[in-house]
Amino acid sequence: MSPSSAHSVVEPGRWSRRVAAVIVVAYALITMIPLLWIFLTGLKTPPDSISYPPKLLFTPSLEGYCNLFTTRSRQTTEYLDSLPPAASVCDDIARKRNMVIAGPSNFVPRFVNSLIIAFGSTALSVLLGAAAAYGFSRFKVPLKDDLMFFILSTRMMPPIAVAIPIYLMYRELGLSDTKLGMILLYTAVNVSLAVWLLKGFIDEIPREYEEAAMIDGYTRLQAIFRVVLPQATTGIVATAIFCLIFAWNEYAFAVLLTSGEAQTAPPFIPIIIGEGGQDWPAVAAGTTIVLIPILVFTIVLRKHLLRGITFGAVRK
Amino acid sequence: MNDASHDPSLIERAAAATPAGVSRRVRGLSDRAIAWIFIAPTILLLLAINIFPLIWTIWLSFTNYRANRPNAPIRDIGTDNYHAILTDPDIWAAMQATAHFVVWTILLQTLIGFGLAWLINRKFRGHGLWTTVILIPMMLSPAVVGNFWKFLFEPQIGLFNYATAFVARVDPSSFEMLGSVKLAPWSIVIVDTWMWTPYVMLICLAGLRSIPDYLYEAAEVDRASSWRQFWSITLPLALPFIMLAVLFRAIENFRMFDMVNLLTSGGPGSTTELASITLKREAFEKWRTGFSSAFAIILFVTVFGLANIYVKALNRVKQR
Repeated sequence: MSPSSAHSVVEPGRWSRRVAAVIVVAYALITMIPLLWIFLTGLKTPPDSISYPPKLLFTPSLEGYCNLFTTRSRQTTEYLDSLPPAASVCDDIARKRNMVIAGPSNFVPRFVNSLIIAFGSTALSVLLGAAAAYGFSRFKVPLKDDLMFFILSTRMMPPIAVAIPIYLMYRELGLSDTKLGMILLYTAVNVSLAVWLLKGFIDEIPREYEEAAMIDGYTRLQAIFRVVLPQATTGIVATAIFCLIFAWNEYAFAVLLTSGEAQTAPPFIPIIIGEGGQDWPAVAAGTTIVLIPILVFTIVLRKHLLRGITFGAVRK
Repeated sequence: MNDASHDPSLIERAAAATPAGVSRRVRGLSDRAIAWIFIAPTILLLLAINIFPLIWTIWLSFTNYRANRPNAPIRDIGTDNYHAILTDPDIWAAMQATAHFVVWTILLQTLIGFGLAWLINRKFRGHGLWTTVILIPMMLSPAVVGNFWKFLFEPQIGLFNYATAFVARVDPSSFEMLGSVKLAPWSIVIVDTWMWTPYVMLICLAGLRSIPDYLYEAAEVDRASSWRQFWSITLPLALPFIMLAVLFRAIENFRMFDMVNLLTSGGPGSTTELASITLKREAFEKWRTGFSSAFAIILFVTVFGLANIYVKALNRVKQR
C-alpha cells in the first residue's frame, strides 16, 4: 500500500506495523537458530562440535560429511606410514585421526531407499487419489460423506497402533522389510490426503468444461484426460509434493517395519555412532542432506501450504 | 432444479437403465461404472491396509497372543486385556504424560501462533517472506530434527543449555533438560512448540483474513475501542479456525511418537513415556501383542472420536 493512498480506518498505523515487524522477524530468526546450528555442526570436526562454550567461529571441515559416507577403522602408526599418500580428502582426514577408510557407509543405500519409497508411494497415491477424487467430485456416490470421512480417519490413526497388525500381516505375506511393503503402506496413508486435497482442486474446475467436451463428442474418459487433468495440474503437483514430504519424513513405520533392505534415511541417521558416542557432525551432515529437499519444497509450496495442512478445506 | 437435463439422479437412472453394452457403444463406459472404477481401488487399498488389520487387531485384543512366539497356542481370554489396561498404573502414567504434553503444547502453540498471526496480519513490508521462513520447521522430519535437538539439549556443550544459561545467568551445567525428571516433560513441549506453532499460526492467519473489513469499519463508526473490537469481532470470527488448529494438533500430539521417541525414548524413568511409546514398548519390546492390541483399540476409538469432531469443524470452516 503506497503512503499516498486514502486513509482507511482499518489500516494498522505505522508504529503498530513496525512493532509487529520487529516481533515477527525476531521470532523467525530465533526459530531458525536450531536449523542454522545443524548446518554449522555438519561442517565442524568432532572435537569442535562438542567444545565448551559452543563454537560459532571455527575452521570448516568436511569430516562430518566424510564420516557420513564412509566407515573407518583404527590402525597403528606403522601401518599408516607404510601406506601410499592419501587418495582423497576424506582419506586424508581419516589418516589424521589414525584411521583408514574401510568402505562406504550405509547412508547412500538408505538415501536411495528413501527416494524409491517416497517417489513410488507418491506416484501411486496421486494416481489412486486423483481417480477417487474425480469420482467423489463429479458423481453421486452412495454414502459419499461417510466414505470421505472413513478415508480421512485412516490417516489419523496412531502409527504404532497400525504397525502392530501390519507387522504381523507383512510377516505372513513376506513383505517385511521390503520396499514394496513400505510403498503400499505409505500409499495407504497418503491416499487419504490425496483424495481430500484433489477433490478440493477438482471441485474448483467447472463441470461445464467437461460437459461441453462431451457434447462435442468426447467420451467421459477423453474429457477427463484432455480437459480436467490439464486444468488440475497445479493441484496434482501440490498434492504430489505433500505426499513426497510425508513419505520422506516418515519415521515410526520405517523404524518398526524395516531393518536393512528397505530402511529409509530417517531411522538411519540417529544411529550413526562415532568412537565414544554419537558422531554429531556426521549426524548433522546427514540431517542437512535430508532437510534440503524439504526446504526447497516448502518454498515451492508456500501458496498451497494452508490447503495441504487442512486437507483442502481452508483455501484462503 | 427443474431442468431435467441437469438432474443428476435422472441421468444416473437413465445410465443405470441403459444396458451396459449399449451405453459402452454409445458413450464409452457408463458414468456409474466409471465412478466405481475410480473409487474402488482406493477403498480396496484402505480395506487391505487399514480395515483388515484393524479387524485382526480387534480379534487379537481378546487373546493372549505374543508375536515373538508365533507357534504357541492362542488362547481366548475375553476382555481380560481391557481390564488389565484400565487398572494398569503404567498405562495411567502414560495417559497422564500424554495429557500434560497435549495440553501444554496446544496452549503454548495457540497463544504464540495466534499472536504471530495477529501481528503478521498488520501486513508490514516483507510479511510474506517472513511467514514462509516461520513455516519451515513444521515441514521438516520430526524424527530427524527431534534427534538433533538431543544435541542442542546436551548439558554444557548444547546450544540450548548454553543460551538459556547465558540469558538466565546460571551455570550451563547446572541443569539437564533431558536427564532430569522435572525438566524432561518440558523439553518435549519446547521442541513440539518450536515445530508446530507455525501450523497454528497459518490457520489463524487464514481465519483473521476471512474477517471482512466492513465489520471493523462499522465498529470504528460506533467508536468501539480496539480492545472491544478484538473481543467482539476478531476473536469470535477467528474462533472456528483456532478450533480447527487445536483439534488437529490434539489428534497429532495424542498419537505423537517419532520426535519424543528419539529425544527421550520415554525417559528418564517413564516421565515422558507417551501413550504411543508405551504401546511400542508393549508391542515390540515386551511382545505382549494381545495386550497392546487392546491398548491400540482404545487409542483408535479415542482418535476416531476426535477425528469425527475435526471433520465437523472442517466443514464449518469450509462454509466461510
